[in-house]
Amino acid sequence: MSAQPASPDKPADPLVTVEDLHTFYGKSHILHGVSLTIGRGEVVGLLGRNGVGKSTTLKTIMGLVNPRQGKIMLESNPVTRLPAHKIAQLGIAYVPEDRRVFRLLTVMENLRTGLDRPGVTDARKQELLDKVFTYFPRLGERRNQAGGTLSGGEQQMLAIARAMMLEPKIILLDEPTEGLMPRMVTQIHQIIDALHSEGVAILLVEQNVPLTLEASQRVYIMEKGAIRHHALSSDLKVGDAVIKQYLGV
Amino acid sequence: MAAILSFFTDFPIELFLIQTLNGIVTGMILALIASGLTLIFGIMDVVNFAHGELFMLGAYVGVLVLSTTGSFWLALILATMLVGIFGGAMQIVTLRPLIGRDPLTTILATFGMSLILQNYALWQFGPVARKINEPITGSFSLFYLTYPYYRLLIAALSAAIIGGFWLFLKHGKYGIWIRATTQDRVMAQAMGIPVPWVYTAAFAIGAGMAAASGVLFGPLVGVNHTMGLDWVLKAFIVVVIGGMGNLGGSIAAAILISLLEAYASIWVSPAQAVIVSFIVLIVTLLVRPTGLFVATPK
Repeated sequence: MSAQPASPDKPADPLVTVEDLHTFYGKSHILHGVSLTIGRGEVVGLLGRNGVGKSTTLKTIMGLVNPRQGKIMLESNPVTRLPAHKIAQLGIAYVPEDRRVFRLLTVMENLRTGLDRPGVTDARKQELLDKVFTYFPRLGERRNQAGGTLSGGEQQMLAIARAMMLEPKIILLDEPTEGLMPRMVTQIHQIIDALHSEGVAILLVEQNVPLTLEASQRVYIMEKGAIRHHALSSDLKVGDAVIKQYLGV
Repeated sequence: MAAILSFFTDFPIELFLIQTLNGIVTGMILALIASGLTLIFGIMDVVNFAHGELFMLGAYVGVLVLSTTGSFWLALILATMLVGIFGGAMQIVTLRPLIGRDPLTTILATFGMSLILQNYALWQFGPVARKINEPITGSFSLFYLTYPYYRLLIAALSAAIIGGFWLFLKHGKYGIWIRATTQDRVMAQAMGIPVPWVYTAAFAIGAGMAAASGVLFGPLVGVNHTMGLDWVLKAFIVVVIGGMGNLGGSIAAAILISLLEAYASIWVSPAQAVIVSFIVLIVTLLVRPTGLFVATPK
């Protein structure tokens, strides 16, 4: 079990609950009992140095990697070891670190991969498209352009917009500002705030500590495959001892 | 010098034009078979050694439906659908359990299916070739030849099926799912696309296309249990030359190979002309192993 400190403020209405997650890549033991909770509509940061298991935590929640031990609950329903497409259909969306837009599909086709779900009316599809094109006007301008021809920032926008097409309850956002220019970082921050105001929960993995502390309500800090610290974001500041201890900034 | 001059003065222009037509007709059939093969490889990384047997099975289903109903068109539609369903079931039973395992296991599984289907056909239908009658029997004069309309119909129908398939891939909801899965199966899953079922559907479509080409080509060659062997070998060559998993490349390569073989058989026997395909294959593997019709990787 991880040495998880007493929670400062556990959510009253948990959306995703992860308990004692142990994940392996072959024989390598990556996650050593990760436990965390994300409340409905809450933005939670997951901080830590490179290689501590942040991305693996997201992949395990998404069902892209199967845990050897532990439990993942979505609204009190177990989703552990469900195939990723079922987890996505239940309301968890994933924006990976390297964006992974479908490079040969146009922007519109990329969006359609999430939009063409059973039970979504044409009117609803149009509403969702209008919404993302309002958030990301550049995508609207480039709707017929192949995903692979977009700039890094535009690809990041597309990856987030594509996840939004699923109308998820929570988005697992892996390093969305990595390699982006400051203007784009600000825009990503605005999108996180907008999603939060719409009631979408976000589990945000970031190297950008100031952004994470500003955008999230709570943060978990990971080290060596386990949660080592858990605090309200408002209680932490860049330069705090705990941030220096685990992140070196 | 005189030899070169005589080559041009004696150039058999009429035969050249006839062979161009023959090459295009054969190329379209080959493109139809290779499209299914490249679809299955592109999406699942499965080299389907049973593809030729699905072609053969389609032709036999065509023979049975034709003898029962007398309608070639019904035979074409039913063979495509039934072999498509059979292909889907075959994928679920033999290939789905192997997802994520060593690719060699899928090669062995499809090779095993190929042997089973071939010997089943031999057991059921015997070694004597069956005949499928052409739906149209007219012909027209092409220089000194009487050229059957049916050959043109084959090329047109193959082009129509490939065109329909392309439109489905380009604009259909499930076509986008197939293309997304081909490009990034992990992200496709994360977007809620049921990837195992997309695999099954792609295999069924590939099988259906092989069956359609079997029925279409049946009237020209006769239907027997080994008819798939030659075609699948050529289809594999086409898929490699066109770029593994590249649909447009496979179509272009099918026409290129068939034209080259047709032209070569002006000067050498058709059996020797086959060598041209292998030469192009070897040159492709040496010079541009990703395929002749694939954009240069950046």
